[in-house]
Amino acid sequence: MGANSSLRDKFERGLAAPICLTWELTYACNLACTHCLSSSGRRDPKELNTDEAKALIDEIAAMQIFYINIGGGEPMIRRDFFEIIEHAVNQKVGVKFSTNGTRIDAEAAKKLAAIDYLDIQISIDGADAETCDKIRGEGSYAAARLAMDHLRDANFGEFKISVVMTRDSIEQLDEFEAIAKHYGAQLRLTRLRPSGRGVDVWDELHPTQEQNRRLYKWLMERPNVLTGDSFFHLSALGDPLDGLNLCGAGRVVCLIDPIGEVYACPFVIHEEFKAGNIRDAGFNAVWTESDLFTSLREPGNPGACGSCGSYDACRGGCMAAKFFTGLELTDPDPECVFGHGETALAAKKVMLIPKPSPDHSRRVPVAITAR
Amino acid sequence: MSLSTSVIFDASAPWSLSSQVSLRDEAFGALAYHHGNRRLVFLKSRELVAILRSLENFSSVNEAIDAVVPNEHDRYVEAVGALVKSDIICGR
Repeated sequence: MGANSSLRDKFERGLAAPICLTWELTYACNLACTHCLSSSGRRDPKELNTDEAKALIDEIAAMQIFYINIGGGEPMIRRDFFEIIEHAVNQKVGVKFSTNGTRIDAEAAKKLAAIDYLDIQISIDGADAETCDKIRGEGSYAAARLAMDHLRDANFGEFKISVVMTRDSIEQLDEFEAIAKHYGAQLRLTRLRPSGRGVDVWDELHPTQEQNRRLYKWLMERPNVLTGDSFFHLSALGDPLDGLNLCGAGRVVCLIDPIGEVYACPFVIHEEFKAGNIRDAGFNAVWTESDLFTSLREPGNPGACGSCGSYDACRGGCMAAKFFTGLELTDPDPECVFGHGETALAAKKVMLIPKPSPDHSRRVPVAITAR
Repeated sequence: MSLSTSVIFDASAPWSLSSQVSLRDEAFGALAYHHGNRRLVFLKSRELVAILRSLENFSSVNEAIDAVVPNEHDRYVEAVGALVKSDIICGR
């Protein structure tokens, strides 16, 4: 059932609990992707411990959040990874988790295949080693493909292959589709955001206008390709893409980081979009009472986009993409399909690009070993 | 993921909310989540939610609807019937 516009208006006022809750389990990561949204690398010493993680899941279950998206960092690095996800699925909280695949060996694949209510997304950012490794590091493509082999051999079923759309990867759409078909997997494409370390590479890697138009057309022809509602800014090109087509930050979406900080969405790990910490009065209190989320649920100011005939289609685009390119939240999306974002960017005399607040990047890269 | 596209919806027969479905109340109605096929469905009226919750107490969908919204019978037969394909409700 697609959401009609009256339902979307209601969503903009916020829900009793999120639909899409992302929980980054750890900032620790054995990769150092150039576009990492959470600037991950080193574990934060204040990371939620196992008991705190389980208590959070209990609260999530009580709030009737039906599934959670687990990410990181690399979530499988946590020693209690399986304990945590089993605690969730045992309470019927479904788990979708994103991984670089390096920790999925034959044994882990069998263990994962035995768990119900579990979805896995394996990330590759190119359809070949050269393209992928340029972003995710040497050996990352081979490791991810090996993980996919292990999941297939363990009869895991339909997993997801997740790809960030860059200027390079967007040229390989048909190849990604072929890889997904090869494994009987589902393809999931998401938008490159200038968040985290992505702020440093966005200028050179974000798709061109022409590429975005091609992507839109490709997606419209393939309703089965998942996008996590990532490309709603492209809906201004014509008929809406499948999904809610709104910025869900603080309304239907939010992020809990490894140390319990709650942010409006996975793409705004920054002081300005921090609503609170679950360690204070729990997650529900942050979701229902925080000043930030209350203000995000007030009717939006269309700003510069108010006079555009397509505002209802794209709602001005992505808050994070604006913020981390130095635009105002009332400016058009930097990738506005009509070029209004590019005009707004060019008009800024002094660009003050906000730096992501917590940076857990490792100083020295570590070589990847596939299992 | 198997969906019951072949199941025919008969509003004069007894139906119930699937045991695999959880409902979460929202200001606009409720979210229905099917833990088996992982479908999330937006129920866009509180009356529809009340009907779904009471389905198992009636010997037909028609009676369940008339107990809540007798003046909008046909519209709600359609709304309840639309939930068959995602297995939110099932025959009993």
